[in-house]
Amino acid sequence: MNNKIINWFRYASPQSFYPLAGRMVPWFWALTAAFGVVGLYISFFVAPTDAQQGEGYRIIFIHVPASWMSMFIYCVMAAWAGLGLIFNTRLSGMMASALAPTGALMAFLSLWTGALWGKPMWGAWWVWDARLTSELILFFLYIGFIALQSAIDDPRRADKAGAILALVGVVNIPIIYFSVKWWNTLHQGSTINLTKAPSMAQTMLWGMLLMALCFWMYSIAVALMRARAIILERETHTEWVKQLVEVKS
Amino acid sequence: MKSMLAIIRRDLLLAMRRKSEVLTALFFFMIVVSLFPLGIGPEPALLRKIAPGVLWVAALLATMLGLQRMFAPDHADGTLEQMALSPTPLGLLVGGKIAAHWLVSGLPLVLLAPVLGLQFDLDAGALGVLVVTLLVGTPLLSLIGAIGAALTLGIRGGGVLLSLLVLPLYVPALIFGAGAVDAHISGLGAGGHLSLLAALLALAVFFAPWATTAALRIALE
Amino acid sequence: MLTATGLTCVRGERRLFSGLDLAVAPGEWLHVQGENGAGKTSLLRMLTGLAHAEAGEIRWNGESIRVLAEDYRRDMLFLGHHGALKEELTPLENLGLAAALDGAELAEKDALDVLRRFGLRGREELPVRFLSAGQKRRVLLARLVTRKAKLWVLDEPFTALDVKAVDMLAGLIGEHLSDGGMAVLTSHQAMPIAGCKVVKL
Repeated sequence: MNNKIINWFRYASPQSFYPLAGRMVPWFWALTAAFGVVGLYISFFVAPTDAQQGEGYRIIFIHVPASWMSMFIYCVMAAWAGLGLIFNTRLSGMMASALAPTGALMAFLSLWTGALWGKPMWGAWWVWDARLTSELILFFLYIGFIALQSAIDDPRRADKAGAILALVGVVNIPIIYFSVKWWNTLHQGSTINLTKAPSMAQTMLWGMLLMALCFWMYSIAVALMRARAIILERETHTEWVKQLVEVKS
Repeated sequence: MKSMLAIIRRDLLLAMRRKSEVLTALFFFMIVVSLFPLGIGPEPALLRKIAPGVLWVAALLATMLGLQRMFAPDHADGTLEQMALSPTPLGLLVGGKIAAHWLVSGLPLVLLAPVLGLQFDLDAGALGVLVVTLLVGTPLLSLIGAIGAALTLGIRGGGVLLSLLVLPLYVPALIFGAGAVDAHISGLGAGGHLSLLAALLALAVFFAPWATTAALRIALE
Repeated sequence: MLTATGLTCVRGERRLFSGLDLAVAPGEWLHVQGENGAGKTSLLRMLTGLAHAEAGEIRWNGESIRVLAEDYRRDMLFLGHHGALKEELTPLENLGLAAALDGAELAEKDALDVLRRFGLRGREELPVRFLSAGQKRRVLLARLVTRKAKLWVLDEPFTALDVKAVDMLAGLIGEHLSDGGMAVLTSHQAMPIAGCKVVKL
């Protein structure tokens, strides 16, 4: 037990995290590819055509995992940010900054695929569906986080300010979600629901799960790569970075 | 507590000596609200329908105008440093500043709103609900806005960034605030919306000064 | 008694100083010297608790200032580069409000006395923006008297002051020290005040 804690703190220093992340990245890319290939195969060729929605529904295999990831990444980001504020570790802030662009990408992907799906289903690119609307606000929250961090020159201050914003955001996300849902039911009373797939077949569920795992692995791989880049950028003046093979050459 | 009152008094005194800032936000509120009938057309039924949303959105924007000035002058002249170094807990002083901001930029909106509501052909009951929602909602806007103002303190492009950070967080206040008036007009009763809005306010009173204080300490470092 | 051990200051990517030790006992004052950009202001801000040291610890009467927090801030007064004066308010209002923020009482008569002592007679009721730079500085220094702190942390207190005011401030610091007070200040001039210790950055 004790050993474990020490280990964790050892990897909390950028110097020991950097090579570890470097070793982990290829594995996550390999998993991304494996899950992606199987997941896409199931979603496109194995999963049955939907009786009401035709072939167009297959976009949910991208849309749903992207939506899940966009929400999940924000929580992970806020968790890192909280850790950074409590323990004052440098790596936590770097991880939060590394996750933000991927989260924003996922939110954007979710909005985009939502629009693509909406057009054939409801004949409109955008409907004020509760989930789509909260996803849009989540996208704004990501953009705000990234904009705030990039406007502050001192990286330590950027980390801390971003952390507070992320924590405020994570408290607000459920409030925003429920308020939007409440608003939606009052104003439209419509029964269309984007993610409620009609009687999901077993194979569809498998496809979606595999695609979610693929997105998951992709997010981890990209976040680790970005974290490595941030570490190099911020620690250029330290001895250990100067000793790195990739920096020397 | 005495220090908190002192800072409220000081900020009110300062606002009195630079009246133009307060008045600018008020006139902005009036103009924005008056623009909508010009853009949409003077049909009473339509105006009644959009009135709650328009008034609430205009109130959000008018609050945004004053937000950046909440801490910026104190930061620029070193008063904020002295506040952080005062034996009084910074959280109390921040609470005082938020209260003063609401008195200067929130309360006038509440008082002005029924007059503007008349332009939109709202009846007395709806006007009453509108005033109550703004009375509960504008402190919420000041509280949430304070976090954004503290986070963007002394940052280049802080003003635009501030709206980017704060406006998404205003969404629930807007939904429950405007929704309450809407619900009242359509005969559903505004009680549910109002209690949710009040719950949000209670939550913000607890957490916002704390988050603002943390953000200010970071900005001062 | 103010002590600091192993202080390290990093600004951006530059290490300004490291492993700095210092101690100030009652009746002593610390003259922080160094070139522009050596970290004098950064050191002072660390000593007040505004800035965090990258490494090292600062203690007040043997207790960490992070733990003492408000108790430390009650004993300490910091005057920085900025005036911390509200231009729209009069010197009298400024002094009164500064005291109120600290949760202290300041009778108007006392405030008037102090302002007059600092050569601001006749300007007590004039908004600060009509005062000259030196006069603004004097309003600020009046806080040294109205706020009774044991430790003064002063960043360039002699800037913008004329010869007479410099002498007066030096006298004020001397008095404070002989009453068992302490002071830390940065200044480019050498000051003939007893009990001087020097830290070179």
